[in-house]
This record gives sequence, C-alpha cells and structure tokens, in this order.
Amino acid sequence: MENQRPTFYEEARKNGVSRRDFLKFCATMAAFMGLEASGVSQIVKALETKPRLPVIWFHFQECTCCSESFIRASHPLVADIVLNKISLDYQETLMAASGVQAEEAYQAVMKKYPGEYIVMVEGSIPTKNEAYCCIGGRSALQILQEAVKNCKAVVAWGNCASAGCVQAASPNPTGAKPVHKVISGKPVINVQGCPPIADVMAGVVVHLLTFDRIPQLDGLSRPKAFYSRRVHDTCYRRANFDAGLFVESFDDEGAKRGYCLYKMGCKGPVTYNSCGIIKWNDGVSYPIQSGHPCIGCAEAGFWDNGPFYQHLPEVAGFGIETTADKVGLGLGIATAVGIAGHAIVTNIRKHKEIINEPEQGSKVETTKEL
Amino acid sequence: MRNRSVPLREVHVWEMPVRIYHWINALCIITLCVTGYIIGDPPAFMKGTEAYFNFWFGTVRFIHFISAFLFFFNFIFRIYWGFTGNEFSRWYNFIPLKRCQWKEMLEVIKVDILQVTNRKIDSIGHNSLASFIYFITFLIFLLQCLTGFGMYAAMSSAFLPKLFAWIVPFLGGDMNVRQIHHVLMWGFILFALVHVYLVFYHDYIERRGVTSSMIGGWKFIEEDVIERHDNKTEECPKN
Repeated sequence: MENQRPTFYEEARKNGVSRRDFLKFCATMAAFMGLEASGVSQIVKALETKPRLPVIWFHFQECTCCSESFIRASHPLVADIVLNKISLDYQETLMAASGVQAEEAYQAVMKKYPGEYIVMVEGSIPTKNEAYCCIGGRSALQILQEAVKNCKAVVAWGNCASAGCVQAASPNPTGAKPVHKVISGKPVINVQGCPPIADVMAGVVVHLLTFDRIPQLDGLSRPKAFYSRRVHDTCYRRANFDAGLFVESFDDEGAKRGYCLYKMGCKGPVTYNSCGIIKWNDGVSYPIQSGHPCIGCAEAGFWDNGPFYQHLPEVAGFGIETTADKVGLGLGIATAVGIAGHAIVTNIRKHKEIINEPEQGSKVETTKEL
Repeated sequence: MRNRSVPLREVHVWEMPVRIYHWINALCIITLCVTGYIIGDPPAFMKGTEAYFNFWFGTVRFIHFISAFLFFFNFIFRIYWGFTGNEFSRWYNFIPLKRCQWKEMLEVIKVDILQVTNRKIDSIGHNSLASFIYFITFLIFLLQCLTGFGMYAAMSSAFLPKLFAWIVPFLGGDMNVRQIHHVLMWGFILFALVHVYLVFYHDYIERRGVTSSMIGGWKFIEEDVIERHDNKTEECPKN
C-alpha cells in the first residue's frame, strides 16, 4: 500500500462514485480548463492510471476560506477525492491527526515522496516576528522553507498566499508576505481570489495531475486558463457599460434594470478572474449578478485600493475620500492662481519695459506717434 | 501710430515636421484628457433605456484608443526628429548634461519666474528650463504610453499592445497601473495650463513672436543674440 498508491479513479470507485459521475467530473474539468475535446480522455486516463498526488496543505495567516470554498466545489468529486479522501497527507483543518501524529504525517510525506509532493499554502507568512504564526514550535517561514526544499511545485491558494491580502494591507503589522516572496527555486502557482473559485482550485489540481507540469501562467504566476481575462470583459452587464448606462445608487432605477456597477466602485475592469463565466456555488451567481460591485479580491493590494464603493482609490496622505481627481483639481486651481499672480506681477514690474523699450543703447529706436 | 525699428533678424526655428508634431500632439492630448476623464468618471445622463440602443461610452473609449495610437506614433516620430532635425529640435537641448544648462535654468527662474532681474535670456529655440520641462513631459508621455497600452494589452491580440503586456505584472496589477495612468493625466492638464500661459508671457515680454513661431516656424531674434550664437560666444551653446 505504501508504494502502490491508489489512483484517483480507484479511490473514487471505492467511495461509491459511479463510472458515469467520474466521467462527468472529467468532462467538467476539461471544460473549465479550456481544453479541446481530446483533453477529456487525457484527464480520464491520467486519473485512472496515475497514483494520487501527495499533498502537504499548510494554513498560515489566513481565515480558511480557501478550504471552505474548495469543499463547496460544484462537483462533489473534487472535495471528496482530491481533498478529503486522497490527497490529504497533511491538512491542518481537515486532518484527523493532531500534535505529534500530525507532525509525523507531514514529515513522512517529505521523506517518502521527495520531488513528487505538492505544497499547497493557504495564508501569508509573517516576517516581522517569527512568533506571529508558530506551529509545533516552529515559525511559518521555517516550516514552509523546509517543506518547499524537496517539493515538485507550490500552489499558493488565495490572495493571502499570492499577494498577502488583508494581513499585508497597510500598515501590515505582521510584515505578512506572500509565498513567492519568501521562497525561491520552485515554481509557484498563484491561484488568486479571496477565496478562489472552487472549480478553479480543482482545475489547477487536475491539471497538475493530468499533464504532470504546472499550467501556463501569466506575468503574475496565475494560471492563464482562469485568469487571462478581466471580470469586466466577461461580465453580462458589459453591454450597459458600453452603452453608458450606470447605476448611481443601490436603489435607483438603474440598479433595478441591472445597469453597469462601474460608478458604484466595481473593480471588474481591473480584476482578472473567471467569476463571470464559472461563477460560484455550482454556477448559481456571482457578486455582480447579485447586484454588488466586484471588490477586486483577486488582485494584489485590493484592500489598499479602496473604498470598495468608489471607482478611484484614495490617495494616501490626503485624508479620507480624497481621490486623484480632487488632488488634481486642487493643484489645477493652485496653478491658475499662480498664473494670475505671475501675470499681475509681470504687468507691474515689466510695464515700463514693455511700453518703452529698455535703454539698450543706440541700436533701438522708439518713436511715439499718434 | 506707434512703431519702432529694432535690428531684428528672422530665424527659421521650428521646421515643418516639428510644427505638425506639436499640433497633432496638442490635439491628441486634449482629446485624450477629455475622453480619459470621462472614462474615469462617466456622467450617468441616461436612464430608463436599454443597452442595445446605445454605445456612447464605447465610442468615447474608442476615440481614446485611436487618439492614443496617434499620440504614440507621433511621439516616436518626435524622438526620431530629435536626431535628424535642426539644432533647435535636437535631443541635446532637452537633456541638461552641461553645467551651463543648469546655470541657464537658474537664470531663467530669476528672470521669468521670480522676476528679480530684467536681462534677456540668449535663447533662440527653447531656453534650458523649458527644454528640461519638455524632457520631463517626454518621460510622462512614455509612462502614459506604457501604462495605457499595458492596460489595453489584455483586451487586444494585436502585436503592438502585446509588447506592453509586461507592464501590468511589473507594476503589481491593473489597479496600480490605472491609478498611475489617471494621476499622470493631471500632469498633462497642469502642464498645458502653464505652457499656454508662458507662451503668452514670452510673446508679451520678449516680443520674439513665439506664439506665431509654432504656426509659421519663424522667430524674430535680436541681431546681437544671433551674432553671439553664430560666433559661439553665447553663454550656453547647446551643440
């Protein structure tokens, strides 16, 4: 059993999943990942033949919303198979073991599967004081660095692990840093969002298993399949944006008609995620569909680019609700006043010079005639 | 009738390409600032209608993008002209590498801004301070192109915008890029205010015909200034 790890398929069957449901799951995953039709059979084959992925799942400075999201994936197989039954070598929230046993489980994965296991991280890592997040007497940073040394790849779940999220927001009291800033030498997949969409998380895991390599990533290390387009570009309210139809308060006529939430501070135009396509809770809805502007939870520093209900972020150091436009207008008025003052001084000081030529010698002649 | 006879010479300062560049640039900046401001803070003047009747906001954005392409290529052309144009439009005017350029800047601040002395600056083209400010605006042009095309890249499959795709991850995401783009717009507005005022000011004080020089290309320069320029005895020969 130790060396013959069961495959995903075997585990699924053992847990009462029918062949039909298994195939449905594979097809769903292929669709989410944007694969062509032949990709389905690749996923089926991989899940049938490859041994399960050994996974160490860490919780550092976080709220467990990534795990919560994951276990609510639209297809039960994801939660059951990928997380609960198969990949759970070490997962602080869901594992039965605790204390010494938990530590042993996690040491065992590192010893048994060097170069094979995946480190999945929820939460940011404190750097100001190691005591801020200690597990088993060791700091988050020590634990992570040790685990990453022999891993295959690192998956950073959510905004905390990808960009620091609320803990890293100003003034960042714990010196919270995302995973990619504290480790090096291993590929890091940033699965952004607060939390990430469950099906996106499942898609990343299935991709790792099927193709044995990390998915194609963008400049911020996010899987391109899920993060290459803005929420705005896939929004069903986009037509209202182009038509210039905007909601101006949550109870106005425009809100009832489902106009664009741009003026309500929607961060859709600056946020890359698949909320508009995959949606949440088995494709039921997503924030904008429920009448609320996107808060940009899949972008670095979204807490500091607030307020959520204002299109332009505040400018630091100028007080509450001061936007670039207000600062700009102030500077514009100051400039206009400066210009007016300068024009007055010019006329007072240089009046004579302008009316009568300066006495620069005999070359210049001024004749006054009327 | 008041008139005077001053020993002046006409100098062809701004060549045709420089003048065309200037006015295309001015039009682009006005268009980009107006449409850009609307994009940042759109007026919600339509109510009670459906999206499929209208496209005005899409049109505003379209105009913004078209002007941006024009602005970008015009800017590239000006950089090229900085290496082939006449001595007044060459790159070395704009980058203060010589000590005398910095000295002239101080001098200009004394004469034109603080108005503590009355002597004239020996500049036929731009004075050193003006040139340096233009150099800063060129940097703002560059940043504005980078951030603008950076944001545009995600919704385009064209070659040129794709070249700028790296700027978004480099600056940490669209939120920061958009904020920088928006703040720099105010840089353009403030520059335009001061620029237009100073054109009036110099025309009024120096009487070298600086306003019309950007239309016709010629300035009226005092003979002694030209002599010093030709003999390279002016205070700060730039080439």
